[in-house]
Amino acid sequence: MTNSLFACFFQEGKIKEMESARDYIAGIRAAVPVIIAVLPFGLLFGAVAVDNGFAVFEAVLMSAIVYAGASQMVGIELFGQEIAPWLIVFSIFAVNFRHVLYSAALGRRIADWSMPQKAIGLFLLTDPQFADTERRGEQGKSVTFQWYIGMGTALYLTWVGTSWIGAVFGKIALENRGLDVGFLLPIYFLGLVMSFRGRSLWAPVVAVSGAVSIVAYLLIGPPWHVSLGALAGVALAAAVANPSPPQELD
Amino acid sequence: MTDIFWVILAGAVLTYATRIGGHLVLSRFERIHPRVEAGLNAVPAAVLTTIIAPVVINPDPVEISGLVVAGLVALRWSSLPMFLAGAVTVFGLRYFGY
Repeated sequence: MTNSLFACFFQEGKIKEMESARDYIAGIRAAVPVIIAVLPFGLLFGAVAVDNGFAVFEAVLMSAIVYAGASQMVGIELFGQEIAPWLIVFSIFAVNFRHVLYSAALGRRIADWSMPQKAIGLFLLTDPQFADTERRGEQGKSVTFQWYIGMGTALYLTWVGTSWIGAVFGKIALENRGLDVGFLLPIYFLGLVMSFRGRSLWAPVVAVSGAVSIVAYLLIGPPWHVSLGALAGVALAAAVANPSPPQELD
Repeated sequence: MTDIFWVILAGAVLTYATRIGGHLVLSRFERIHPRVEAGLNAVPAAVLTTIIAPVVINPDPVEISGLVVAGLVALRWSSLPMFLAGAVTVFGLRYFGY
């Protein structure tokens, strides 16, 4: 009796373990296209950081603890322009403010994670991480911590590693900058936008967010166009939503 | 310690605050209003659109072509072919001197 019970537990543990490993690998696999898109930017960040007066250690440290590409680019760009340090910090914060919305939206997917899992997982919350997590949840697959961390660690190591390589070999890279890779980022983000086109109100949200962000860009300037444009799209979706209470939780 | 070090440290703390902030605020509520739910569903498209939208302010015909091609490919295929199609379009046009 006890024996078979043990066997049962053992088996269950074994299956859980296999599922975790499978999820972890699936997460790494989800990271592959993102890694290809991110590689040039990690190298570019490292190279430009050193060019703007960062030590290699500082470039790597920034990637390792800020871990938010766009804001890091803004940060090193402002360092090159000799702007007051508090203003640089504030700009980094403004560029990253969108994560507040991501983290609020993600809560529905990670409700059953433990506290430390949430603390680690949210540290790794980036644009592609959020987009892929939302898509996975939408497909009805469970967003396990193992899947999330598989993708997250793969992206994290790529970002920190390429920043380091870029910082070390930056001089060479910048001297041969015949290839401008800046255009890759908008294409990459366009792909993310397109991947959500199955959602209700997708087209009006994209139209309103796009229009408001352009107006804000012209009137107030970056990086505010991101927060203001995004809030306009989210507000539209909330305003148009069917106000009747949800019939059941599905 | 240099200014750079302190800027990085403060930037990291504030960035982490944005990453946990939304969840900490929202998890205080037991039920999520359908309007909030609808708003949260719109978050990915809304935020990601604003990151690209400014390219039309000072349009570079080559980059716009790359985006249009990528957008069309995205209607049918996954993100990797889309990304490659856009990149090849831009590199190709640049190569031929546009």
